[in-house]
Amino acid sequence: MTTSGYAVGSLLSVAELKVEDVAAILAATDRIEWMTAAEKARLLVGRRIALLFYESSTRTRTSFELAAKSLGATTTLVSDKSSSIEKGESLKDTGLTLRALGAECIILRHASSGAPVLLARSTGLPVLNAGDGMHEHPSQALLDLRTMLARLPGPGARKVNAKLLDGVTVVITGDILHSRVARSNAMLLPRLGARVILCGPKALLPEDALGLGPGVEIERDFDKALRKAQVVMMLRIQRERLAGLEVHLAEYIDRYQLHTERLEGSAPHVPLVMHPGPMIRGLEIAGEVADGPNSAIEDQVRHGLAVRSALLVRALSADGFESVTV
Amino acid sequence: MSDILILGGRVVDPASGIDAARDLMVRRGRVTAVELPGRLTGAKAKETIDATGMVVAPGLVDVHVHLREPGQTYKESIKTGTMAAAAGGFTSVVAMPNTVPVNDSVAGLEWMLDEARGACVKLFAMPAATFGSMGEEITDFHELQRAGAVGFTDDGKPVLEDRVMRTALEAVAGIGVPISQHAEDTRLTGGCSMNAGQVAFRLGLRGMTVEAEARIVERDIQLLREIEREEGLRPHLHVQHVSTARAMEAIRRAKREGLHVTCEVAPHHFTLTDEAIGDYDTNAKMNPPLRVEMDRRAMIAGLMDGTVDCIATDHAPHARFEKEQEFERAPNGITGLETALGLALRVLHRGEGMVLSRVIELMSAQPAGLLSLEGRGSLSVGSFADVVIFDPAAEWSFEAKASKSKSKNTPFDGATLLGRVVYTVSEGRVVFKG
Repeated sequence: MTTSGYAVGSLLSVAELKVEDVAAILAATDRIEWMTAAEKARLLVGRRIALLFYESSTRTRTSFELAAKSLGATTTLVSDKSSSIEKGESLKDTGLTLRALGAECIILRHASSGAPVLLARSTGLPVLNAGDGMHEHPSQALLDLRTMLARLPGPGARKVNAKLLDGVTVVITGDILHSRVARSNAMLLPRLGARVILCGPKALLPEDALGLGPGVEIERDFDKALRKAQVVMMLRIQRERLAGLEVHLAEYIDRYQLHTERLEGSAPHVPLVMHPGPMIRGLEIAGEVADGPNSAIEDQVRHGLAVRSALLVRALSADGFESVTV
Repeated sequence: MSDILILGGRVVDPASGIDAARDLMVRRGRVTAVELPGRLTGAKAKETIDATGMVVAPGLVDVHVHLREPGQTYKESIKTGTMAAAAGGFTSVVAMPNTVPVNDSVAGLEWMLDEARGACVKLFAMPAATFGSMGEEITDFHELQRAGAVGFTDDGKPVLEDRVMRTALEAVAGIGVPISQHAEDTRLTGGCSMNAGQVAFRLGLRGMTVEAEARIVERDIQLLREIEREEGLRPHLHVQHVSTARAMEAIRRAKREGLHVTCEVAPHHFTLTDEAIGDYDTNAKMNPPLRVEMDRRAMIAGLMDGTVDCIATDHAPHARFEKEQEFERAPNGITGLETALGLALRVLHRGEGMVLSRVIELMSAQPAGLLSLEGRGSLSVGSFADVVIFDPAAEWSFEAKASKSKSKNTPFDGATLLGRVVYTVSEGRVVFKG
């Protein structure tokens, strides 16, 4: 147990990661990626990992699962739709049941903010937050960071420290209010030197967002923000949500959709385009931009697999992680 | 022969303007003498309490507690809740009606107040203002008052409809008890689990805005104004657990205007801010929620300048399994009876320089006066012998597990409190000994 009361290796929020932790995770990610399939498959051989998913997911679930399997671990998937959760079993009891069945680590996706904290507290197991409500999605922020390092000229070769992203401005645009991805990125990236500009209409981006920490700004004019950006991260927009907040879809698209003309308007340096997915082409992002040369969207998915492998090795304190943390 | 002699203490009785060394004699449940030291030394008593170095004050009065009986005795019962009250120095508590079933009938009220429930301090009750606290049709105020009601409330929920609230206020105007309002515009707070603001944003939780509280307070004050102008009536509105600077300011102005408005503040609202939620601590979740520092300061300002009439705990016990849930799912409420005095003394007396007798007044004479609780909240001769004796200098660490309440849901586990209760006497019986 750590001083915070959660098992070592848990990742509940980026707030608990020190810069050295980020460096260690990225180093382990590199190292695991360079291993042969046979070497990888020995890392977590015989270990048991439970994926506990209370919300649907494609990318996150699949990449955690494939990562675990490629490391030799046994995985089991429990979803709210086909388990005793449907019968009213509490999160605590579900966690205790998985622990009793031998799970050594739980990956949790949950609609309620803070649920991973409750699970980590009640089971004492390392818990990896795979997205909790509107709160955080820490593994996404780490894979986004790795994607930027791989694609941006410069920082990739630098040492991971508080100046790693000096001079890099990341614009995050869309439904910030409901986005756990935005929160994790806005809290992680400034700690490595980046400037984060949040962009969106008031209904989706309240001023309270400035409380995420120093290094976070708000700019409601997307074109203005884009001109400062080395990276632009688009977030999915849910039509129902816009309607509820009385934001007109056509007006939203007009002001905040990332399309070719807008992207190229930010020349001379056209920013790297990212999207955590799932994306709605034609809504927050135009198809040509998503498929265009500046898009790193598929890279993000690939980095997801690699970063999540490292997080699993870290959670289970297996060899291959500690040895690269020097 | 007297029943109890309390000798050598510092008697602090704001109702009679006493803050001096006095000895106290109790007989047949009443205070029979308050004398200069030495004058009662020869008197015989069944029990003599040496109160040297202690404060002897009127037993505290809490106008807002949830005792969970009937219906939810796994959280608390009238017996355990009043034991917690006694441990906290309270000798009169007012039970809220959100039991199962809701206390909205004479039969329900009489059952609750029946001796057989085992209350160890004086139990009062506020029945529901509307049937089932559904906010639609007002209950029978006259019959309920004859059966002992000291006010009416739908606590936990507001009386939301203007028309219903107006009817309720007009109905209490003639009978001398308040409508006690839980001020929350629930049309604005659906799905919210804490205060709206930067902390809520960071935690990814939906927040209750200041408007949700202030709008109901402002609406109710406007109703008082209209009722006075149009009907010539002066109903008493009591605003429960004020938590925002804006609502406090509205109450301050209404009082200046001469409207009959009173209000209470809970210790957690003058002690903590929403930062106390930390890592989703459900023991810091209650309704109204912990607000920001500016609001906390406004609660203190209201207590200091007399806008606030009394301190009330909103003691709201919940079982551990209920609080061990996702933050948004966990029920609202914290226990408060055993920490109220120690927090008031620490924060208001030591921290803000409020004189001790004023702290006592806010927790005894004023709440008793607010609800016209005859013979309570005072140590004058003839009053009920409701007495709290505490060591005002004792600093101690509160342990939730040692609580007399059935539930331990408090954000003050391990908190330092100032002032420790050593005796609580209810109607001449020692009901707690520290």
